[in-house]
Amino acid sequence: MKLLYFAWVRNKVGIAEENITLPDHVGDIAALLSWLRERNDGFADALSDMTAIRFAVNQEIAALDQPVTDDDEIALFPPMTGG
Amino acid sequence: MIRVQAQDFDVGAEIDAMAAGNTHIGGIASFVGYVRDLNDGNTVSAITLEHYPGMTERRLNEIEQEAQRRWLLEDALIIHRYGRLEPGDRIVLVVTASAHRQAAFNATMFLMDWLKTEAPFWKLEATGDGEHWVEAREADDIAADKWKQKN
Repeated sequence: MKLLYFAWVRNKVGIAEENITLPDHVGDIAALLSWLRERNDGFADALSDMTAIRFAVNQEIAALDQPVTDDDEIALFPPMTGG
Repeated sequence: MIRVQAQDFDVGAEIDAMAAGNTHIGGIASFVGYVRDLNDGNTVSAITLEHYPGMTERRLNEIEQEAQRRWLLEDALIIHRYGRLEPGDRIVLVVTASAHRQAAFNATMFLMDWLKTEAPFWKLEATGDGEHWVEAREADDIAADKWKQKN
């Protein structure tokens, strides 16, 4: 799975992107976020307030219960501020 | 048409290009967004626009198609810049052409309202107090939601 981080999410987790292999028990966005939070303080801090985080699966905005697999591109970012 | 680019754009040239050769067009409306030197009481020296290459183009195309679905447009253009910009620099251009003015005015407002909340851009603002990420505004969410209720 390709993971991408943008804006202050990237600042807090310390990397812009990475490739990972999902643990067997991680099947949706909510489980992925729980697993990422356990990795280190940076991830725990970045993902502490779920109302401040948006996520995209294969470049489409997704909900917490969206299924994910190792073939997906997942992005985590703050609410968008275009224009 | 949509374009995501670091370089500046020429508003007059874009409008002329849209009008050229299409005599069904009765009116063209446009909006140009600029970097402001004051935000939430802080003096802004620069902003750096970050985006999600791939998703940005996809979302802008979807937003443009939504405008074409809602209004009878002859043409529509969105140009959004990224990278480091200073006060007075152009950030975004929306141009829409229609047979009659109302569709062009409304589609331009719609496109700007949706760009604010639906396109994956983020702004890092440099002020006298250092750098910080610009937070999404509730007023922008309300402006975007207004169009969701209408259709």
